Amino acid sequence: MSDIQYLAPTTLDEAVSAYSGAKGSARILAGGTDLLVQMRAGMINPSLIVDIKKIEEINTVRETEKGVFVVGASVSGMELAKNPNFGKTWPGVLEALNLIGSTQIQGRASLGGNLCNGSPAGDSVPALVAAKATLTVQGPNGRREIPVKEVPVGPGKTSLADNEIAVSFSFPSRPPGSGDAYLRMIPRTEMDIAVVGCGVNLTLEGDICTSACVGLGAVAPIVLEVEGAAELLIGSQLDEDTIEKTAEACRACCDPIDDKRGTISYRTKVSGVLLKRAVAIAAKRAKGV
Amino acid sequence: MNDANNKWIGKRTIRPDGADKVTGQATFGADTTMPGMIWGKVLRSPHAHANIRSIDTSKAESLPGVKAVITSADVTNYSPEKSVILGIQDMRWMTRNVMAREKALFHGHPVAAVAATSQKIADQACKLIEVDYEVLPWVVEIDDAIKSDAPILHEFIEFEGKPSNIAGTLEHKKGDVQTGFEEADVIVERSFTTRPVHQGYIEPHACLVSVSADGRATIWSSSQGQFMVRAMTSMLTDIPQSSIRAIPAEIGGGFGGKTIVYLEPLATILSKKSGRPVKMVMSREEVMRASGPTSGSKSTVKMGIKKDGSIVAAQGTYYLQAGALPGSPIRGAVGCAFAPYDIPNVHALGYDVVSNRSKVAAYRAPGAPIGAFAVECVIDEISEAIGMDPLEVRLKNAAKEGTQAAHGPVYPRIGYYETVEAALSHPHREIPLGKFQGRGVASGFWFNAGGESSSQVNITEDGNVVVTTGHPDIGGSRASIANITAELLGIDYKRVSVLIGDTATIGYSNLTGGSRVLFASGMAVTDSTEKVIVSLKERAAKIWDIDPEAVDWEDGYARPAGANAGMFDPLSLEELAERATETGGPIGAGSQLNTAGAEGGFATHMCDVEVDIDLGIVRIIRYTSFQDVGRAVHPSYVEGQLQGGAAQGIGWALNEEYIYDSEGRVDNPGFLDYRMPVCSDLPMLDTVMIEVPNPKHPQGVRGVGEVPLVPPLAAIRNAIYDALGIRFYGLPMSPPVVLEALEQGEAAE
Repeated sequence: MSDIQYLAPTTLDEAVSAYSGAKGSARILAGGTDLLVQMRAGMINPSLIVDIKKIEEINTVRETEKGVFVVGASVSGMELAKNPNFGKTWPGVLEALNLIGSTQIQGRASLGGNLCNGSPAGDSVPALVAAKATLTVQGPNGRREIPVKEVPVGPGKTSLADNEIAVSFSFPSRPPGSGDAYLRMIPRTEMDIAVVGCGVNLTLEGDICTSACVGLGAVAPIVLEVEGAAELLIGSQLDEDTIEKTAEACRACCDPIDDKRGTISYRTKVSGVLLKRAVAIAAKRAKGV
Repeated sequence: MNDANNKWIGKRTIRPDGADKVTGQATFGADTTMPGMIWGKVLRSPHAHANIRSIDTSKAESLPGVKAVITSADVTNYSPEKSVILGIQDMRWMTRNVMAREKALFHGHPVAAVAATSQKIADQACKLIEVDYEVLPWVVEIDDAIKSDAPILHEFIEFEGKPSNIAGTLEHKKGDVQTGFEEADVIVERSFTTRPVHQGYIEPHACLVSVSADGRATIWSSSQGQFMVRAMTSMLTDIPQSSIRAIPAEIGGGFGGKTIVYLEPLATILSKKSGRPVKMVMSREEVMRASGPTSGSKSTVKMGIKKDGSIVAAQGTYYLQAGALPGSPIRGAVGCAFAPYDIPNVHALGYDVVSNRSKVAAYRAPGAPIGAFAVECVIDEISEAIGMDPLEVRLKNAAKEGTQAAHGPVYPRIGYYETVEAALSHPHREIPLGKFQGRGVASGFWFNAGGESSSQVNITEDGNVVVTTGHPDIGGSRASIANITAELLGIDYKRVSVLIGDTATIGYSNLTGGSRVLFASGMAVTDSTEKVIVSLKERAAKIWDIDPEAVDWEDGYARPAGANAGMFDPLSLEELAERATETGGPIGAGSQLNTAGAEGGFATHMCDVEVDIDLGIVRIIRYTSFQDVGRAVHPSYVEGQLQGGAAQGIGWALNEEYIYDSEGRVDNPGFLDYRMPVCSDLPMLDTVMIEVPNPKHPQGVRGVGEVPLVPPLAAIRNAIYDALGIRFYGLPMSPPVVLEALEQGEAAE
């Protein structure tokens, strides 16, 4: 029954120094929507909580040039939705983040928290993977950038060192004719955890797909980038035959578990269904219709 | 009282508890605190089935901050050999449910409890209690529990001469089914399963108990009956009822699940032992693991119909899970299953099956939804087989006044026929359906209950009214009772205040359950109010010096009548209250009744679904309930009951289920993975209230709270058939199940 120390530094350096000083027994509080639940359930018992919500860089959205966004790791879904341009450029990412929990949760929950929680079912992660976003992290030895798809390494585990703090996400600029989408399967309509999640990001030139990326969630120990799906989509006109093959590529890379939220066979089937539907939405957005 | 000129009965008055609830001022079970209060915590079995060889509490007791530790040795024992009935419960099972005695019977079964100065210390103390378990083979599902080589939970339970997990049976017979089936043109026999589902009340069980130095206990708790809390706590602690005061909190939902105690007796014993007030609050996980859901079931129903649509014979066999101790609601299943119909030959048989899961508790028309699910599905199939509309089949066979029900009674005037008629002529039925959309119907019955209720109606010195009754208000009884009292007295609704008394301030009142409260307390309050009116007339007569018979009570005034009409100015309630001292003292009257005549309730539901055939998701797109509500004293609350039942039925049908892991533990003990519907899952749930007044009630009231959960399961299942051409025989019809059935259907084609 140890006491918990709570710090809310206003600079990243202070935060890194406190966090790395605790040598793994500290936890970062962004929105807290996973952390507090895990503490109450007795799953974790941190000695130090470092609240990063007061650090400006981690908590702001910047459009560094037209169409290029840097989103602070602890920016809440509701804050991100208030940005006039982000949701127009990355509607799929924004929708994915704001599918999480209730309105109250969405006022706290962030992309950084969702990614660092390490759940294979985190809703925003497949959308971030599809967006080819990168995560900037800072530790005692400085900063580095990691592609989002390389952050999760197992259920509850990330590639961040235990002295590194997630700072911000960088979203690459894309040519006109791009669009993204995220869909998840839940038995209910909200307040649930994805049984399968699928993010799709496309660029079209005329009817030809020139760039594509697909992220799949809750079908493997970590969120997957389905490279085979992208290969099939690129160069195609997103015709029925290609889409069917892409769905098959998604199903083929599934390695899910049977659990209370879904069966192996159900999850596998659904990944293909969501791929088809998400491609259709992303393509529509890319065409601006 | 049943006419359209009513001023308050039938009006949507503002609920008296509304302001407190929306501003957070209402006091629920966990909201009461006391100086010196400490925290109680239950240690629960980590095993699904185990003999308890010994329990060593010494280490826990010596932990600083721990004030008391108890085990079953501290709880009053009742021998398993002899039943000790209290209401619908048996105390020999109740004592074993609140605290494991010889055996831990399910994962989460209480085995000890502690009270300590903080929740953390209480948690830590629980970990220091050493229980020596002999782990036993366990059984959760019905089919496994009734196998000949199944692990036996209770050696003292015998069936057909040997130890068994079948703890009891119930049978209803009418006519001769054999002969009946011979007359049938079409016979359909089908088997069904349903899963246990939890009542899903938002407020977990919670209480605060203070036992004084002279042994008097005061209990603040959230329950469906403060008198039930008092009686059960008394019987489990040996404190006489006169020394227990049970004070009801506002209740955050019960649906039957709070008709028994879990924490109150333990907190009482802990408080007595520690000399401190003890508070206990269950976590959601504890609620899901260890409080009563309703039964899972398996059933087989066979029905025979003639080509002209008359059902000639019906047979149903039901196995219901009781949980770890006997007492599943087989009465509701076998009694309600065929009750909406006038069928000459009926045979219904139920089995009560124990297994290693938490003991079931009442859930909204206990057993009846299980009974109706199978019957209403088979009716859909026999209707199709003879080419008749399923509503027309129901209309043709509808039970009416004079019908002898298989479960015993001859019906008085009932409104089942009217619910089917209303469904047949409702615009919902004409709305065109699209691809993968379907429409289904089903009906249902619930007994409804009367029983004991007390009330006190007092006129305040300023001429207003305070009414006290004895049941927790779950479904709007305070507003409804205020409507009735205002109507009878002919005064404004706002002048009537309705309170829920505690066990020391109002006479015995049976619990809030069985859809009985407005029926019974409405009768008691009517009786009290009529006595008050007699007294008011006598006082006016005294003032005017005329015969009391010559005084009328009208619109809140005493008026001289007959030969004296117009001789004196009318006297208002305020004036009579002001002159109470000179006319005989305080004005008020109490009533204590054992009410009878709560006749059955009937409903027919119509449901439209749409299926996402790629994902297997069933969405409810339209829903209308048609119910005979007797008299809607407060229509908004009645509609709320109809909608609430439909919503719970939708959850039961589509997604709710307990998932067990390989160790016999509930794997989804929380609302995230125990998938009750959320608001956005539901369309507007429409209601059609049909008022066929109950002839045996002064306001025509019939219970309305439970019937609404009886028809939905089959209505939804029949709608899915209409949409997909696939008939499901088990619940829930969740996305993986539906998708698999769709694929099998495709494969078969």
